[in-house]
Amino acid sequence: MTILNANKVTKSFGGLTAVAKASLKLEKGELVGLIGPNGAGKTTLFNLLTGIYTPDSGTISLYKDGQEIMLQGLRPNKICSNGLARTFQNIRLFKDLTVLENVLIAMHKNVKYGFVPSFLHLPYYKKQEQELINDSIELLKIFNLDDKKDELAKNLPYGEQRHLEIARALATNPVVLLLDEPAAGMNPAETAELTRIIKEIRQKFDLTILLIEHDMSLVMNICERIYVLDYGMVIASGTPEEIRSNKRVIEAYLGEEVNNA
Amino acid sequence: MKKLIALGLTYAVIQILIMTNLISDYLQATLVTICINIILAVSLNLITGFTGQFSLGHAGFMSIGAYVCALITMRTSTIYGFIIGVFAGALAAAIMGFLVGLPTLRLRGDYLAIASLGMSEIIRIIFLNLEITNGAAGLNNIPQFVNWTWLFIFMTATVLGISNFIKSSHGRACISIREDEIAAEAMGIDTIKYKVIAFVIGAFCAGIAGALYASYFYFIKPDLFGFLKSVDILVIVVLGGMGSISGSILAAILLALISTYLQSFPEIRMVLYAAALIAIMIFRPQGLMGSRELSLEFIGELGNRLKSRKGRV
Repeated sequence: MTILNANKVTKSFGGLTAVAKASLKLEKGELVGLIGPNGAGKTTLFNLLTGIYTPDSGTISLYKDGQEIMLQGLRPNKICSNGLARTFQNIRLFKDLTVLENVLIAMHKNVKYGFVPSFLHLPYYKKQEQELINDSIELLKIFNLDDKKDELAKNLPYGEQRHLEIARALATNPVVLLLDEPAAGMNPAETAELTRIIKEIRQKFDLTILLIEHDMSLVMNICERIYVLDYGMVIASGTPEEIRSNKRVIEAYLGEEVNNA
Repeated sequence: MKKLIALGLTYAVIQILIMTNLISDYLQATLVTICINIILAVSLNLITGFTGQFSLGHAGFMSIGAYVCALITMRTSTIYGFIIGVFAGALAAAIMGFLVGLPTLRLRGDYLAIASLGMSEIIRIIFLNLEITNGAAGLNNIPQFVNWTWLFIFMTATVLGISNFIKSSHGRACISIREDEIAAEAMGIDTIKYKVIAFVIGAFCAGIAGALYASYFYFIKPDLFGFLKSVDILVIVVLGGMGSISGSILAAILLALISTYLQSFPEIRMVLYAAALIAIMIFRPQGLMGSRELSLEFIGELGNRLKSRKGRV
């Protein structure tokens, strides 16, 4: 069952076509990798999927509860509340807020109380706030961040900041999770821990995951399918084995073979 | 509960001081200025310090509240007229905030600063040219209803209301915009909506402050609400610390006291005032309180730090 379908999505910046008629399809429950050389347009494609950029042409549809929701042209917050959450390559936490507050903000759409209770702090308000806090702490436990809930996000070590980004994205209660280089800058032990967490949350939250990654050991290890992007175009897709032996992929990464003169 | 007792005590002590004439009329005017400035600074802090939107038009909203309340109380000079006047003034300011905020807050960046500056100038020029507002001469003999009790009620209501709002999920949504607008949007926060809401609440409170001003000082003219007044309010916010409500309150009190004390040196008053501001900003660039709040725990922490410092020496 398809859950996310991007069809011939294009985006140009001036004369540069960053993403050119890229098509990508995610089946429910899949863990898919998106790889490609630097500047291939991977993050731009993420920004198009999450509404930070609007595509020049092409369609993006999300299938949820048997309904098709067109995502292109929606604002990022609408896309997020439809169930598409993301992390950022260059960590974008709310760094002067605490770990707990970071997660609470992402839970905002679950808030049922209106403005009047928020001025008066009625009992009804307090009960709901407590529920939100409890849910957030539950979520932080998965990442072993619950005992650091009152630390400022900027004071966390780098690896934990990456974990908090994922926790925050999960707090929005997504059906599809987009991870932009979650293992960037991590050592092998940290990457292994991250791999375990990705597998765990996928099970626990019934997620479909699309991840950009340069760490091939991670990609080949956990992804069931891989899309390869080069110059904004999808040049190959398939299982890790197929990608490993694909001639165009090798060319994109290593350059063309020189013909015998 | 502790909060309520502290508030009650503050009210009672000052009320007794006024009744026993220990606070002279002159000092009472300073007290009123402090209260009005607290409302203005805390509400601007919601817009600038917490939501991160730079606004230079707070005096404009204040003037709307002042004129609307003045015009209403001059026609119905009863206590009910006054209460209606305050809320009508605040509501008018809030509507103006909505009209200005909706188009400009859709944009990221400093557009709001320019738009709000323009707006407050337009409002001033309109009041300068309308017949009903008596042009440059301003309105005189506005019935005086405001006393310490009314001031205290409105000041506590706005300060508590805004600090409660900040702690709620809606308030956190506003803070997330200051922290990182793109990330906030990607986490499902409707950034335009919350920027407009913060702006409208801020304008509403500024309208209340203006109404109280008009009713206490019984004389208003357009020049009182110029660009410099907006800057004055911004100075209080920056000095107290962006994103600290108790900072705004402290700074409003401190600046009023400095200003009052310096009345005895009229020739060099503004020079000393400016020097004091520069000195504070050099030694506390993040403002008096930074983004922290003054609370019992905070004072305890300070005490502990001092103790441990002594221990080391």
